[in-house]
Amino acid sequence: MTMQSFPWLTVLIAAPSVGALIVWLVGGPVRRYARHIAFVWSLLVAAGAVIMATGFNSGGGVQFAERYEWIPSFGVSYAVGVNGIGLVLVLLSVLLVPVVLLAAWREQSSPAKQAHYAALVLVLETFMIAVFAARDVFFFYILFEAMLIPVYFLIGSFGGPSAKKAALKFLLYSLAGGLIMLAGVIAVWTRGPGGEQGFMIDSLVGADWGSVRSERLIFLAFFVAFAIKAPMFPVHTWLPDAAQAAKPGTSVLLVGVLDKVGTFGMVTMCLPIFPAASRWAAPVVIVLAVISIFWGAFLALGQSDILRMIAYTSVSHFGFIVLGVFAFTETAEIGSAFYMVNHGLSTGALFLLAGFLISRRGTQDMALMGPGLQRTTPLLGGTFLIVGLSAVALPGLSTFVSEFMVMVGTYQRAPAAAVISALGVIMAALYILIAYQKIFTGPPREDLAGTADLGGRELWVVGPLIALMLVLGLYPKPAIDVLRGPAAETVRLAEYDEPAAEAVEGAPAAPGAALAGAEEEGGQR
Amino acid sequence: MSAVFLPALTALTGLATHPRGLVDPVVPVVPAGAPEIDIDWSALGPVVMVLGAAVASTLIEAAASRQKDKDQRLAVQPAYLRVIQAAVALVSVAAAALMALQLAVKVHGEDGSAVLTANGAVIVDPLTIYIQLAVAVCALLGLFVIADRTVQGDDAFAPQASAVPGSDYENKARRRGMTQTDVYPLVLFATGGMMLFPAAGDLITMFVALEVLSLPLYLLAGMARHRRLLSQEASLKYFLLGAFGSAFFLFGGAWVYGATGSLKLLEIGAAVSGATPLDPILLVGLVLILVGLFFKVGAVPFHSWTPDVYQGSPTPITGFMAACTKIAAFGVLLRVLYAVVPGLTWDLEPVLWTVSVLTMVVGTVIGLVQKDVKRMLAYSAIAHAGFILTGVTSMSADGLSGSLFYLFTYGVATIGGFGVIALVREVDSDGHLRGEATGLDQWRGLGKRSPVLAGTFAIFLLSFAGIPLTSGFVAKFAVFGAAFASGASPLAVVGLACSAAAAFFYARVIVAMFFEEAPDATGQLAESGGIGIGVRTLGLTQIAIGVSLAFTLVLGIVPGWFLSFTEGLSRLLS
Repeated sequence: MTMQSFPWLTVLIAAPSVGALIVWLVGGPVRRYARHIAFVWSLLVAAGAVIMATGFNSGGGVQFAERYEWIPSFGVSYAVGVNGIGLVLVLLSVLLVPVVLLAAWREQSSPAKQAHYAALVLVLETFMIAVFAARDVFFFYILFEAMLIPVYFLIGSFGGPSAKKAALKFLLYSLAGGLIMLAGVIAVWTRGPGGEQGFMIDSLVGADWGSVRSERLIFLAFFVAFAIKAPMFPVHTWLPDAAQAAKPGTSVLLVGVLDKVGTFGMVTMCLPIFPAASRWAAPVVIVLAVISIFWGAFLALGQSDILRMIAYTSVSHFGFIVLGVFAFTETAEIGSAFYMVNHGLSTGALFLLAGFLISRRGTQDMALMGPGLQRTTPLLGGTFLIVGLSAVALPGLSTFVSEFMVMVGTYQRAPAAAVISALGVIMAALYILIAYQKIFTGPPREDLAGTADLGGRELWVVGPLIALMLVLGLYPKPAIDVLRGPAAETVRLAEYDEPAAEAVEGAPAAPGAALAGAEEEGGQR
Repeated sequence: MSAVFLPALTALTGLATHPRGLVDPVVPVVPAGAPEIDIDWSALGPVVMVLGAAVASTLIEAAASRQKDKDQRLAVQPAYLRVIQAAVALVSVAAAALMALQLAVKVHGEDGSAVLTANGAVIVDPLTIYIQLAVAVCALLGLFVIADRTVQGDDAFAPQASAVPGSDYENKARRRGMTQTDVYPLVLFATGGMMLFPAAGDLITMFVALEVLSLPLYLLAGMARHRRLLSQEASLKYFLLGAFGSAFFLFGGAWVYGATGSLKLLEIGAAVSGATPLDPILLVGLVLILVGLFFKVGAVPFHSWTPDVYQGSPTPITGFMAACTKIAAFGVLLRVLYAVVPGLTWDLEPVLWTVSVLTMVVGTVIGLVQKDVKRMLAYSAIAHAGFILTGVTSMSADGLSGSLFYLFTYGVATIGGFGVIALVREVDSDGHLRGEATGLDQWRGLGKRSPVLAGTFAIFLLSFAGIPLTSGFVAKFAVFGAAFASGASPLAVVGLACSAAAAFFYARVIVAMFFEEAPDATGQLAESGGIGIGVRTLGLTQIAIGVSLAFTLVLGIVPGWFLSFTEGLSRLLS
């Protein structure tokens, strides 16, 4: 059996669920070791994913593909396969799960709760891998919706005092988005090519949607769901509540991985399947993305709760990612795909460090945590600074590479948006440095003298994330090589049918032509 | 009982199948001794099985010796009686389900042409067989819940339904451990009626079947063991509004007869397609018939009985009624719309669209503010009737197939859901078990007290909400997809919006069960009783819940085989 023919993805999708089942079922004296089992299991899954990745051919398009008929009456297949973007996001997911399990080692009071938490995280891992590997729109939709359930329980059952409300708000926002998308999925079936592979992304690319209006409506159904998930201004309000109420480990998976499903969906579905509608919507989306960048940063400045602050910084970062996606240039597409990974590492680490701070200080309020913790906990302070600066895209860290690429790529199409968004970086520096200042600098408070610094387990939690950011910051080539192919493909597909505006101009596909056409259309509305 | 019994027998033997004979004595009477009516008994098997068992069960009930107590007021039946009755009911319904399944497999394999039997009074076609199968499976599951009792010997039914609530007589009956074993023949008659209903080939048979299924349900609704007054109110309301609905149906039948001169569905269908321009009398008659059916499915604005009856009835009966009546009545609605009046759809479309939208919106919006789990599921049932109507209204093979799939999956999940409610009982501060705990407050923290039960209920709720990987999602996709494809996209959009809103009240129950702490039994719950907790029973309810859970998950994860089954049947019909 060769590397490519082994059903890697199916095994990777099934394995965490099997692990969850084991963790749930072990009882008696073994129950105390449930978290150990879960952790080792997640490491094995991660190892499996890494082995799979070594067999990935960066120039080869969608790989490790499998397809089985699932619901032939609706043309639904169980179809998995990853291109470069899917691969890096799968790798990000399998990396973050053991980190989160390790971070939550002592969070739960009883072995039963530990087991329950670990099992839910493993169930979620199954959905995370599957959603980034899905090559069938219906299958993707099912995962998109079903993965809400474990997250809902992770927030509601283990979170703080406001968790109940936050979990409900999260669920209702996501379900509302999901049902709008369901309208799109149904329309894809009734208006699309149909047949036994009627939901395969490959058979939907280049499909005829009847009229311009119907393509735009279906595009909107998908886009709105993805925008809620991402989350973009103005449908982002569920995220700060959820992040504030949930355990930081949950937030790592929620913000670091789950929200990427939104932007991943835009790249793999909106652009290739509805190219004309995507170009039509691009001006508005770019404006919303720029607003997200500033709105998120601005509100992050005003937060006193550290978890809320991090959530708002994410809104700002997602603005950058969406900006890159809708710039339709190869550089920007690579940049935003790489940004998705880096944001997972950087914000994930930030949430985890915030979690360590909270467990030491017993509060989420930044003003009450410090000041002067730098003296007593130099390791915590140092790692917080590095991770914080990665959110500001400090050169040398991987976030810099991706943010730079997004801005350069966007500049080719929408210079104004690129220039304005660059100002967002200054605000990022503000909110991170002010937070650092409040907590770590200044004269140390006497009663904080006994605060413990990061222990071995905690270093093992944030260490790998920081190491990865450094490695990818100094040597981003492997990641960029993997992402180049799908990015070029996305740009090609997004301009699948030549826009009418180009014919008027009589110019070949020069950079900016498509967007200019789209802007014209948008202006006419 | 004879009021129920006689129509059932007449329906069986086909005596009621000479509509002209009723009004026109000139029709020659077939001489005695000749084989006047040709009856295909194999096609009638499932109905005969159930109604026959109902009669047998009634006779057993009458024949059982009862022991009078000293003051000659209580006649206590022997303990074995309930075992026998339950066994008769379970075995006969299971046998009917198997017969229907056999017929379905046979029809699916062959050309599936309709069998007209009993002189055209009964049509056995794929639609009939499918509905009979679905009714039988749901009734079987429902009977498991009905037959169950707690380890303390408490079942869901009043010891003596005729006793005045709270009277000495009732208390005495309760103390003596009397039980109401006539529940079983009543359920069997109702089931038989439901199976005959979609098979009816003329309006008289249809009406008789409607009454055979309704009358026992009116009685059963009033038999709850706890909260007797609520139960009797439910019974009366159900009876009055049900009679109202039946009257509409009968009245409509009279108009149709006046317009077409026939009560046979096929002849009415022929008259409809031949009549241009359409006879207004015929249209009015058909709309009135539809109104009668809308009453039974609980569509707005004919839904007002639903919440009270669902809440007041004994919970096992609520589940049985909610699942089986809906399946049977929708079966007839499909029969009338697809087989009889396809040429009329344009004229009826405004009616159907209005009812469908109203049903979805009203069910959802009022469901949002409910504080009682049974009432909440009642409004959810109304909303679901609206969702099914979107599939019915689309008038296509896809819509038919989707509606059939929806009916079965919703019915099965409903039995399971009400089965769970039947198991959650109040515990007062002394630890005594009381009636069912249906208040949402009492369900708080159930996830900690009875995790398996709460988890199962959560899955049923997710299925009702239409979350993927449950059968509810596939069903919704099927009907909304059909609506989109047939140009009824506004209906599908309203349906999706209502699904989004309805998710709130399903999620709220999950929040209460898993994320909230149990209320303080003395303080907050003083008026409503105690906190709810899962009780231990003989285990029959758990079997029913397990089976419906399995259906809900299997048809959610691998629905392909079942969808191709319903699609095959729909193709045979259209």
